[in-house]
Amino acid sequence: MSPKKLQIALYWGAGCGGCDVAVLDTNEFILDVAALADIRLWPIAVDGKYQDVEKMVDGELDLAIFNGAVRNSENEHVAKLLRKKSKLLMAFGSCAHMGGIPGLANFTTKDKIFATAYLDNPSIEPGNHTVPLPETKLNGKTLNIPTFYDQVYKLDDVVEVDYYVPGCPPAPNQVKAVLLAVAQGQLPAKGSVVGASEHAVCEDCQREKKEKKITRFYRPWQIIQDPKQCLMDQGILCVGAATRSGCGVRCPNTGQGCRGCYGPLPGVMDQGAKILSSVSSIIDAKTPEDIQEILEGAPDFAAIAYRFGLPASLMQRNVSP
Amino acid sequence: MTTTITIDPITRLEGHGKIEIFLNPDGSVNDTYFQIPEFRGFERFVVGRPIEELPRIVTRICGVCPASHHMASAKAADGCFGDVTPPLAHKLRDMYYHAHFMHSHIAHFYLLAAPDFVVGPDSDPAIRNILGVVGKVGLEIGGAVIKARAQAQEIQQIVGGRFTHLVWCLPGGVVKGINKEDLEKIKPLAANLYDFALFSVQLFKDVVLGNPKYVDLILNGPYVLKVQNMGLVDENNAVNFYHGKVRVVDFEGKEICKYEAKDYAQHVAEHVESWSYLKFPYLKKRGWKGFVEGKDSSIYMATPLSRLNVADRMATPRAQEAFEEMFSTLGGKPCMALMAAHWARLVEMIQNAEMLKTYCEDPEITSDKFRVVPKEATGEGFGIVEAMRGTLTHHYTCDKNGICKSANLIVGTTNNNAPIHMVTKKAASAFIQPGKEITQGILNMIEMAFRSFDPCYSCATHSLPGRMPLEARIWKNGEVFRHFKRGC
Repeated sequence: MSPKKLQIALYWGAGCGGCDVAVLDTNEFILDVAALADIRLWPIAVDGKYQDVEKMVDGELDLAIFNGAVRNSENEHVAKLLRKKSKLLMAFGSCAHMGGIPGLANFTTKDKIFATAYLDNPSIEPGNHTVPLPETKLNGKTLNIPTFYDQVYKLDDVVEVDYYVPGCPPAPNQVKAVLLAVAQGQLPAKGSVVGASEHAVCEDCQREKKEKKITRFYRPWQIIQDPKQCLMDQGILCVGAATRSGCGVRCPNTGQGCRGCYGPLPGVMDQGAKILSSVSSIIDAKTPEDIQEILEGAPDFAAIAYRFGLPASLMQRNVSP
Repeated sequence: MTTTITIDPITRLEGHGKIEIFLNPDGSVNDTYFQIPEFRGFERFVVGRPIEELPRIVTRICGVCPASHHMASAKAADGCFGDVTPPLAHKLRDMYYHAHFMHSHIAHFYLLAAPDFVVGPDSDPAIRNILGVVGKVGLEIGGAVIKARAQAQEIQQIVGGRFTHLVWCLPGGVVKGINKEDLEKIKPLAANLYDFALFSVQLFKDVVLGNPKYVDLILNGPYVLKVQNMGLVDENNAVNFYHGKVRVVDFEGKEICKYEAKDYAQHVAEHVESWSYLKFPYLKKRGWKGFVEGKDSSIYMATPLSRLNVADRMATPRAQEAFEEMFSTLGGKPCMALMAAHWARLVEMIQNAEMLKTYCEDPEITSDKFRVVPKEATGEGFGIVEAMRGTLTHHYTCDKNGICKSANLIVGTTNNNAPIHMVTKKAASAFIQPGKEITQGILNMIEMAFRSFDPCYSCATHSLPGRMPLEARIWKNGEVFRHFKRGC
């Protein structure tokens, strides 16, 4: 371990590993990272266990990169540990930033999730009444697994976060830019979103746009997408107008609407509310009945507007009884 | 008073995992548990979402095999909308999927498996990594591995618009096709991947099979598990990753059943233990009989090795040659020596590359008939594909508006939960003996047991630069009296 090298830790909470693949997708650059930094914890990749981190003096790490949401007690424990041991803590990817796809669980409840997964699904062992428990005593032995929380949290719900790298996953060129900025000491003010643009996805999208007037929505399966026209102009719901860019416009370029993984535009407090107002402003209807009819073409709007950010919304979760 | 060894977290894992080894007072193994402490609950929180959104939500189950979930989901979504998907869409999905397989298999073999074989299972952990592999086989290999993996990603980008977390499939097909210009870009990439696949098999033969110690490790010892085999086959019983029926064959080669996706729940059920968040699938008609091996066992595995075990042949000629050579070297088919999965993975890679080359010559592939707009939601769909790490099942139901009412997922690695638990215990019992020092090499050889499954909470892509740490604590009377650590 060289004392001059950056001391870095990477950890995942409730995530999918896609953020780590995004680091690997910088291809040859990954070898430069190994030259620039000592990676002190990366359970998926290199040495170091939780106990090694516990032994560090406070602030011994220069940077801790945390991906994944906070779904259980182990995620929270490691988040707090890394906060204590690291000078900077970075929420990396949509899950750590805003809760991400696992945050869709906040539309439902822990009890329902357990019932579906362990009791009710058609392939569950007939007659099963067992569900996972934090502690199991078996033949005089005690076996523990982390406690599954009632809801999903984003990283800054449990610890103070210094920087946010959005994206599901962050685009490899952005990952590279962020890591270089860290190495060169060129990070902006604490609390900033880094590795992303300050403008909307629409501004980077090359599709031809007209003045927007939505008279009906088409579900993506209901229409053959024109490869050149703006998706919203075709009546295909896309939230690019209210989403921060930096992703490379990868979903609209494929032919599918943006779902907001890079998060809200700068200064926006609630991403879903902003998406709702942005869509409402272009609906071409005169009566409430017309509006209702148009919106029926875009069902489950809440889970599109909050696809990646329900835990980061003002409500955080479904609070209806 | 038993003594406990905890390995937490086990590494070169995608996700979190823990091994608990309980020792008897004499130092022999009393019991071993392989626990999965993580859970997110996709089966519930996709309920209420429009079915066409599911293929782009379930990719986030796994960032390493997102296309496996995307494809299984697309097939289930097709079913929910009357299965109108045209042949070209299936071809394009299959083409994409071969590139996806190659990216994962390359990463697994070189970054995760190779350190154990090329450098050695009980070698110094400081060099038991990809850099050690490069040191052993030559500097140019590292660059070639990164290049081949990037090329496999690039093919996915060209065909489907994205690699990680693709958004390409819709009920009724795919949202974009490829043109002749795209195809010209893919051709040299596919040609290089074909050469790379052949090179990889040769490397395995030279380095691994050339060493009698490794051959002995593959064929003998605790890494042999007598459970049943599962895998997808086409109408000729050849290995297939996207199409076909699930075939289950016992460890002596006798077919137990062969089923279509829609019948999965008649054949597979999931047992639940309170000490792990991951369920334990088993053959339903045999009933849950516990973690036991043998002819009547209801435990099965779903791995590259089991895919080759259940198939009569490979689908392409060069892969067929490699398939025949593998089984003749290993003493016949089926082979239940789990370490042979590493070889099977390379045989599959040849088929992936040959299929990519075949699609490059298919005149229909650049046509625009890649979508049919379904008329209506029809209520239920089943999608089965082979994920890199095992058979993957998605089953959805929906209302007349195409809104998801239920979802059931049996994920690749979940199939292997029971066999992984069993072989970990078997390896621990074989290697940890009274009076024998527990070295880091022994602990690694226990971890090698599950690594052959390439469990999806394990990920090859994550092992760069690849030192393999492990910590084990032995507890006695509530206090740590021995502490093992390596790789740090």
